[in-house]
Amino acid sequence: MEPLTWTGSLSVLDPMFLLAWIAFGIAVVVQIVATFLAAEDIVEHEVSASTRKLAEYAVLGVKIIAGLILLMILAYVVGGILMPSLEAKGIVGAVSTRLLPVWIALLATFAASIAFKRRLGLYGKLFDSMVGMIGFAIVMFWVFTAIFGAMDLIVTHDPLAQVSGMKNKVPGTALPDVEGAFPYYLLGGDNLARDVFSRVVKGAWEVVKVAPFATLFAFMVGITLGLPAAYFGGRLDTILSFVSNLILAFPVILLFYLLVTPEIVQTGIPVYMAAVLFIFPIIFMVILINSRFYVQPVKRSVYLVIALVLGLWIYSGVAWNADPLGLIEFPPNLLVVFVSVVFVNSPTVFRIVRGIALDIKTRDYVAAGQTRGEGPWYIMLWEILPNARGPLIVDFCLRIGYTTILLGTLGFFGLGLSPESPDWGSTINDGRKLLSIFPHPALAPAFSLMSLVLGLNLLADGLREESLRD
Amino acid sequence: MGIFILRRVGVMILTALCLTFVVFFLTNLYPALEKLAKTQGNQRMSDEAVISYLERHGHLQPLLIKYGQWLGVVPGFVHENPETGAITARCATRGMDPSEAPRFCGLLQGDWGFSTVFKDDVSSIIATRLGLTGKLMFWVLVVMVPSALIIGVLAGMREGSRLDRSLSTFSIASTATPEYVSGVILITLLASSAGWKIFKGTATSAADNATLENFLLPVLTISLYGVGYIARMTRASMTEVMTAQFIRTARLKGVSFRNVVLKHALRNALIAPFTVIMLQFPWLLNGVVIVETLFNYKGFGWVLVAAAGNNDISLLLACSVVAVVVVLVTQLISDIGYVFLNPRIQIS
Repeated sequence: MEPLTWTGSLSVLDPMFLLAWIAFGIAVVVQIVATFLAAEDIVEHEVSASTRKLAEYAVLGVKIIAGLILLMILAYVVGGILMPSLEAKGIVGAVSTRLLPVWIALLATFAASIAFKRRLGLYGKLFDSMVGMIGFAIVMFWVFTAIFGAMDLIVTHDPLAQVSGMKNKVPGTALPDVEGAFPYYLLGGDNLARDVFSRVVKGAWEVVKVAPFATLFAFMVGITLGLPAAYFGGRLDTILSFVSNLILAFPVILLFYLLVTPEIVQTGIPVYMAAVLFIFPIIFMVILINSRFYVQPVKRSVYLVIALVLGLWIYSGVAWNADPLGLIEFPPNLLVVFVSVVFVNSPTVFRIVRGIALDIKTRDYVAAGQTRGEGPWYIMLWEILPNARGPLIVDFCLRIGYTTILLGTLGFFGLGLSPESPDWGSTINDGRKLLSIFPHPALAPAFSLMSLVLGLNLLADGLREESLRD
Repeated sequence: MGIFILRRVGVMILTALCLTFVVFFLTNLYPALEKLAKTQGNQRMSDEAVISYLERHGHLQPLLIKYGQWLGVVPGFVHENPETGAITARCATRGMDPSEAPRFCGLLQGDWGFSTVFKDDVSSIIATRLGLTGKLMFWVLVVMVPSALIIGVLAGMREGSRLDRSLSTFSIASTATPEYVSGVILITLLASSAGWKIFKGTATSAADNATLENFLLPVLTISLYGVGYIARMTRASMTEVMTAQFIRTARLKGVSFRNVVLKHALRNALIAPFTVIMLQFPWLLNGVVIVETLFNYKGFGWVLVAAAGNNDISLLLACSVVAVVVVLVTQLISDIGYVFLNPRIQIS
């Protein structure tokens, strides 16, 4: 069979699309220079009418061309879905057809969120900012892709299956013999003749299932230690700050190499570290509940028992792999990766929390709480923490992106994850040896990782903008 | 000021000791030692043979004593075989009579050990590799710092303008692109048969003879990731200065915009980026390891990966000492520099 073209029957649009991009580039440069000159003129001399006119035209031009480009991208995606056959769809069309559940979920999320945005607090306000919306869309795109990919709705082939004759084939190559399988490798084959598209989709799940939780754990550790360090100060603060500076002075890669090598794993050190690090969420929840409800003994006891039973159950399964019910399992190599990422992230979170808490500690409402006779933990967790949430939420988004980068680094050096694992870092590492001849196996995960981290950064920017506005 | 610097140096030395001890502990765990014995002796060694090898080389002493010997504050290990009377000493170099070996040999005496992978003295390996990485770092700083400062100042001098928004988008994009991603993209675009083949995808030859063709891509790859962050910090600092009272006063008394930026704002806005640049060094070190692996440039980062991957204990320890010292010294410089640059800070 003939290989697929990139855009199939919609290739009539291609020259226009290219032209639009060139025009967009020129217009952006003109616009920047013109607005810069125009602003300079206002300050220094009489307003020069021609410069201002040029600036206005340039701004308008950029907007029109950007709109045109967006329309054409939409045409490629929607047109691709509507085309009847795979050959007419082309690679872009076929990929967007495979991603149909993701588009539907994205549309539903956005429609619901925008309809109810006034009732949704900070999350709703996100939809007032263009940057935040773009970031949220990119992040949710990858989250949905990961979830539907894990449910086998999107992938076209088994990410580990090798098809002979498909080694390093370019995107859109047809499979030699089709027996009910998808007839093409949409994004080509890698150096072991596996489908790049399916691997990228499965790789998204590897990131989505680890990065947010690792970041959450790092936050629990950082908050549980950072608040008392700032609130009590003194020797506790000195010791904790020294330890966190100690960890921060370690080059991350050296730490990874020291923690994730098989010899160290053999000694069980990562498991002990997990045992220490994972106890913090339980401590956090217990103190949180206790400080709030200690005046209502019945309520407190009930909540505490629920939290402790649930927490210790998950803890025994995750950290020690000894779940009494046998329900929770945590693969040992994933645990090592998880622990090292949490370990690297928590000192930074500690420093941020400590900094914010030091500032909030001096506010009047904290003094009021102290006069009222509230305990120190109540003030820390129910007065200081809620008022520190803005910067912490923003940092949480940024830190998920950073964790994604760290996970990619681990994969890039072949540390921790199994060699067959479809995660993006490992795939880039596999592809880099033949990069100058067959770039496509490494490019697809590279762009995926970049877009996800970019989305998280934009989301954080949007959140910061909106939370500063109150 | 003197006391401040002394205290900082004291804390720094304490930190360095703690960190090297942690690395020492992690590299001297039994499984790693067992692997060392097997690679040095033979793969099918029995457990007793492993233990006797380790004992003969002093690896089974208490950890603190071994650490002291490695540092050079505890006399070097000497082992006398009870049956043959043959003496092996830690401090004896090859071909030296063990009984004449010096008593102390460690970091303080300049003896960094012997690399089992490269079959060479660790100190000479580290010296040549650091030289190569120094070359890379120099060019990275030459590219990164001026471009980041220019981007930051241009974006920050008129907050919210088109220029600001375009440049800020660029900086966000660059901080979202780790080295292993931008490196792959740059190689594909500029050094592969799929794109223009104007540069080389490997920098191995740059070790002897660095040219634009083989050195630009690695330098650009490391710089790109750092530029965004430094530019954003510079922008934040610049916007803050531009809204300050004295800038408004200068504008009101009729100083031109160009002079306000160049003569009044710039100097005040560059204090914060100085600290940021200094604190970027740990990340640059990360970038160096990734880029040297990706481009096969045999510098310090490449040696670190080789040492860690091959269980070369002495070399790995030396690498971590260098890395830790680089990080701590840059932190110290950033602290002291901040105090010098900012007269408002009183030390006491």
